[in-house]
Amino acid sequence: MPRRKKRTEIFALGNEAVVQGALLAGCSFYGGYPITPSSEIMEIMAASLPKIEDGVFMQMEDEIASMGAVIGASLSGRKAMTATSGPGFSLMQENLGYAVMAETPLVLVNVMRGGPSTGLPTSPAQSDVQQARWGTHGDHPIIVLSASDVQECLDMTITAFNMAEKYRTPVILLLDEVTAHTREKIEIPNEGEYEVFSRTIPSMPPEWYRPYEETVRGVPPMPPIGSGYRFHVTGLTHDRNGFPTQRPEEVVELMDRIHRKIDQFFYDIQLVEEIMTDDCDVCVIAYGSVARSAELAVKQARSHGVKAGLLKLMTLFPYPRRHTEKILAHAKTLVVPEMNMGQMSREVKRVNMGHAAVRTINRVDGQIVTPSEIFKVIMQG
Amino acid sequence: MSKNITGNEIIHQYLRHNKKFPHVLCAGCGHGIVLGTLIRSIHSLGIPKDDVVVVAGIGCSGRLAVYVDFNTVHTTHGRALSFATGIKMSNPKLHVIALMGDGDALSIGGNHLIHAARRNIGVTALILNNSIYGMTGGQSSPATPEGSTTMTNPYGQLDHSFDTVELAKGAGANYVARGTVFHVNRLEKVMVEALERPGFSVVEAITPCHTQYGRKNKYKTPVDMYKWLKSTAITVERYNELPEEKREGRMPIGVFVDRQQPGFEERYYAMQDGFLKRSAKGGK
Repeated sequence: MPRRKKRTEIFALGNEAVVQGALLAGCSFYGGYPITPSSEIMEIMAASLPKIEDGVFMQMEDEIASMGAVIGASLSGRKAMTATSGPGFSLMQENLGYAVMAETPLVLVNVMRGGPSTGLPTSPAQSDVQQARWGTHGDHPIIVLSASDVQECLDMTITAFNMAEKYRTPVILLLDEVTAHTREKIEIPNEGEYEVFSRTIPSMPPEWYRPYEETVRGVPPMPPIGSGYRFHVTGLTHDRNGFPTQRPEEVVELMDRIHRKIDQFFYDIQLVEEIMTDDCDVCVIAYGSVARSAELAVKQARSHGVKAGLLKLMTLFPYPRRHTEKILAHAKTLVVPEMNMGQMSREVKRVNMGHAAVRTINRVDGQIVTPSEIFKVIMQG
Repeated sequence: MSKNITGNEIIHQYLRHNKKFPHVLCAGCGHGIVLGTLIRSIHSLGIPKDDVVVVAGIGCSGRLAVYVDFNTVHTTHGRALSFATGIKMSNPKLHVIALMGDGDALSIGGNHLIHAARRNIGVTALILNNSIYGMTGGQSSPATPEGSTTMTNPYGQLDHSFDTVELAKGAGANYVARGTVFHVNRLEKVMVEALERPGFSVVEAITPCHTQYGRKNKYKTPVDMYKWLKSTAITVERYNELPEEKREGRMPIGVFVDRQQPGFEERYYAMQDGFLKRSAKGGK
């Protein structure tokens, strides 16, 4: 077996790791607006992208324009991203919905801070979980990922770009202020050690091309603007040719397809890490920086003889239902610690359907959930 | 006469005949004239269809994009310029035209307009000003003249209206012009220039909306609205010669700014070339 090439190790911020991941994934466009605690992503992009061939960095006039520019870039064939935080995320919702409807791949990183409104700009929170799922208007599918440490910031950013390209959809990466501003050692994977996926480009003659054709995967090929495939992109409900329609059968076809293309690939999209969950009586379900506290708490509980486990969610939406159901076969208690008033626990309760007791730990004071808090609740059983 | 026939033939080469017609525009609307002018301008410059991107906002003007056989993007309300910025920066070879209405460009998208002008991004902004929100049923827009009656100002508009030309000038646009759908040849001339110029160019096309504006404001027929255009519009050269007291109620048309500054994308890629050349030489 050939010896693995040593990976470069760097000491990096979570936000810095996001940029590293994005560049490895082939990101060549960043459009953004400064906001705490995500600004480092923008600053590092501003320094990096102009030095890369065809790399474009744009500071836009607001978050609405940032999202517009990112969609425009993606339509032109770029892998594009933006990063923001709470209030900016709210402003991006309108165009986020457009990206869902026009099936435009892009990555949106939201470093969560305390809300509502201006709230706690420099404190950690996980208060945008349901906004990430349902923030934009209308029934829509969405992929929401999260990262709990700096290495995961890098890895999950690559994953986010891959999913965006694979399924022609916006992908939201939720970080919290703790993850984004933690500095720790990470490894940068060498070329060939990570997967990079790019959107399918049509190969048929332009006159045969139908932009929103039904395909087996439900994901139609997507040519960059200006490549000879002239078509209409719209946020209006459209038919297979991309033209606006109000015919009920065409409306349903579109809605079904954009949902199906995400739903049917649940095995590829729903990512979790199962830590000692095989035989657990008490299972902690956590994500983001809270998952790190939870891991410690679970290990402590094990050393006290309690069969505890941790289901770490890397994909928040579509909610990893089958992983949860597998645990529900034996777990008597689920513990859901979060830095919000209970946004993910709603999902857990929905899937639980009364099988196990669901205990929530909620902090909204801008402080992290500590291992001892979680440990105490685990020990209550 | 023969000239008109050729004009129609040109237009038909650029329409999407597989699109479900008829179009959404009312009888007497000026939007079609603007679109026709745009098509003839692109044709006369010989720009290939594949290199043209029409990015439209929301409203009657936003609906125009779907009918033309270019790369077309129908965006969200007011945001056409931000999408256009992303497209132009990603592929500077493309001719990007942002098609917006007055509500689109001056109200909800006002911020994007001034910043696109300040940035001098190489996009042509074509603002179809019909003084009203037509598609939503005739509510006041920032371009509705003071004193007009609209659905949201049934007792007369109190606020002042925006002057698109002054706004674009003040924000630093590279090329600023105004035309009307009555003075089609002049409109075509400025549109051709706007498409040729580097940087951000703004063309305001005054186009009447009889359905939502005219009939509520003493213009009984669409023809009255075109007569109004004919009688108020005056070339900017002649307007400047008029004494102050005679300028009241007249609308200057023509070219107001022509700076010929390089666009943002040109400057950005020049900076990037500098970095790449230096790193190719082994420097930093």
